[in-house]
Amino acid sequence: MPTLNNLNMGDQATISHIEGTDAIAMRLMEMGLFEGESIRFVGKAPMGDPLEFEVCGCKISLRSSETERVHITSETKL
Amino acid sequence: MPNSTSDAATPEESDDRSSSPASKLTFALIGNPNTGKSTLFNALAGMKARVGNYPGVTVEKKIGSFQYQNCEIELIDLPGTYSLSPRTADEMVSVRVLLGLQEQAEAPNAVVCIVDATHLQRHLYLFSQLLDLGIPAILVLNMWDEVQKQKIEIDVKKFEQRLGVPVVAACARSGLGIDELKEKMLALFEKHDSENRPDSKPAHLELFPENFQQARSEISQVIQSRADQQIPEYLAERLLLDINGETEREILNGDESIAETLRSKREELKQNGCPIPAIEPRVRYGWAREMLEGIIQQPELPAEHRGNSLDRWLTHRFWGPAFFAVVMLLMFQAIYTWAGPLMGGIEFAQDKLSGLIIGAMAPGAFRSLLTDGIVGGVGSVVVFLPQILILFLFIAVLEDCGYMSRAAFLMDRIMTKVGLSGKAFVPMISSFACAVPGIMAARTIEDRKERFVTILVAPLMSCSARLPVYLLMINAFIPKESIFWGLVSLQAFVLFSFYLLGVLVAIPVAWILKKTWFKGEVAPFVMELPNFKWPSLRVVFYRVWDRGRSFLKQAGTLIFLTTIIVWAAGYFPGDRSELNQVMTLLESESLSEDEIAREIFEQRSRELSSQLLNSSFLGTAGHFIEPAVEPLGWDWRIGMGAIASFPAREVIIGTLGTIYSLGGDVDEEDAGLMEKMHSARKADGTPVYNIPVALSVMVFFALCAQCGATLMVMRQETNSWKWPLFSFVYMTTLAYLGALATYQIGIALLPVV
Repeated sequence: MPTLNNLNMGDQATISHIEGTDAIAMRLMEMGLFEGESIRFVGKAPMGDPLEFEVCGCKISLRSSETERVHITSETKL
Repeated sequence: MPNSTSDAATPEESDDRSSSPASKLTFALIGNPNTGKSTLFNALAGMKARVGNYPGVTVEKKIGSFQYQNCEIELIDLPGTYSLSPRTADEMVSVRVLLGLQEQAEAPNAVVCIVDATHLQRHLYLFSQLLDLGIPAILVLNMWDEVQKQKIEIDVKKFEQRLGVPVVAACARSGLGIDELKEKMLALFEKHDSENRPDSKPAHLELFPENFQQARSEISQVIQSRADQQIPEYLAERLLLDINGETEREILNGDESIAETLRSKREELKQNGCPIPAIEPRVRYGWAREMLEGIIQQPELPAEHRGNSLDRWLTHRFWGPAFFAVVMLLMFQAIYTWAGPLMGGIEFAQDKLSGLIIGAMAPGAFRSLLTDGIVGGVGSVVVFLPQILILFLFIAVLEDCGYMSRAAFLMDRIMTKVGLSGKAFVPMISSFACAVPGIMAARTIEDRKERFVTILVAPLMSCSARLPVYLLMINAFIPKESIFWGLVSLQAFVLFSFYLLGVLVAIPVAWILKKTWFKGEVAPFVMELPNFKWPSLRVVFYRVWDRGRSFLKQAGTLIFLTTIIVWAAGYFPGDRSELNQVMTLLESESLSEDEIAREIFEQRSRELSSQLLNSSFLGTAGHFIEPAVEPLGWDWRIGMGAIASFPAREVIIGTLGTIYSLGGDVDEEDAGLMEKMHSARKADGTPVYNIPVALSVMVFFALCAQCGATLMVMRQETNSWKWPLFSFVYMTTLAYLGALATYQIGIALLPVV
């Protein structure tokens, strides 16, 4: 199943689930990364990590170690 | 246009409120980060908050109070959080406060939850947890100005009815909705005294499926029977939901049988379509969506945030770091140069005050206590204020406009290489000016482990107080030559190397700390990048004020005491009668004409001061440690200077001045002092100082924890004596070993001059 790591900059997708039951998984969910929400990849830090996403109208920054745990269903090019 | 303020309780209602039986109420204030919670706190309670720490944790306890319609209202500010799912002892504090279980905190009568109305759905997550606590709540929809700007429509009245709790639309920055909020806070308790919670609280909301509720009460019973402990329902809920959470640690307390029951309950729930912990966001977001259905109308496309294109520039591959470098340079420059005159002013005032005391009193122990102990002690505290205030002015502006999180975003990759995150960058860079505000700036790092590592390595950065020591040694002993084909002066190169030294040592230290005391799972770096906005003057002012006051109150007293102790160590014991006589003579009018006599007496007073220092506790300590500092190439005078400099490293210059009978007010460019150091001889006639000795002294000063203020601020920020003590030990050890290696390698390689 594709994860956020498979997105290209500008892509939008729908979150299907978050992997894991630890603090990171919970924090991701508490911050609005939750099944059914749509998420858009908006930018990268100069050294390629972390990455910037827009979810629930909010911009958040995620490290690539975190993005690989966010599974997505559909990719929709904007 | 959404209707906000007119939803307020009508004035007629408020008329009979003056007879309200409740005369004192306590409210807790909670909300996600970046919701304007502190602004709301200040808008309600003003600036007279009482601050302190909860015992055993690093959570700041902040309580404000205000009077409203004959009712005294206390407001407990809880730290900004995304949820009430405690994963650390620090996060547990909020839950305990709300449940009325926290030591040294009054159980609140109700809670005010502030949310960002432009991100309602997500922020209702925390609110739904609050409702599970069974405490009366008020919901504040903050950032109402943004709601209007983005043309979002929220039907506040209908929302209030559906939720069953009072809802207030507000803009804490402009003060909109504040009166309505106060009104509704009081109205909750209109017909009840503070002993009885109002029955207007929402019917206990049950979001979780039946099998979960069943498991929850079973867990409560198990704890009741096996551990003989009655736990609130919310904690039973957390026990089930938070795998390896703080609730498990505190309640289970290592009880394997309860842990086993918990595991089997979770497994059972998972088999029956109730996966732990995913069930929680599922039910809470489900509830939030349901609550907002038909209440909120968001325009199809989100209104164009002016931040979007700005963001592309500020996080751009090239322009992002370039702009950040300019901001940091400006900040650094400001701490160095703007603080300079202010610190000079403080020293000037200190001198004036001492002068007044000297003019009014005869020399003696009490006068010395007043001038060198008390005035000096107050000065040694206040002198940090300019740097703290300027740094926090910068930080407050950068935070309030939303840039700070971009800076962390930019720097994260580099900082992860040393096991820290992007948020540690600003505290670290600030520490090059002064570790005191640098350590205070580490508060922005949410993760405790990372915050502690940052605090512990920050004092290794070469602060401005090390500069005089570097300059004195470099000017006196490093030859004025050029290296690298005449492009760089050797002196400048040595100075630069010492700045680099701190960083190079900090990297392995941080790495080791992360592998030992602070190991554990990597903290999530999920960080909100709030929209850009103009910083609010009020918010910035409050923040700077807050930091300054907390420094003076918490660390200030300890720094002051340290200064007094060191004064006493340098003053006692010793027979000062001759010095006092000489000084009385010098201060009297009689000598003002006679230049030569004056010169003689001044010389005598300097000699006496030097002798007295030698025989004082400090001097004794210097002699005592001489065998230990000999391998560093030092004599007992340098050893004593180093000891005297433990409260504040810049003291070394004045101490050396006194030792060499030049008087205590020499500076690092003093030709007399350099001359004395050059001509200082050991008993066997060889010079005390040479290049290896100078380098060894500099390495010692670069790495040693010679700053009482830093240690006291560390104690303030970690709420424990353990960490300042640890820092002191590890830095002093490092400094000693570093100086030893430098000298031994130095004399092996460099011909002794």
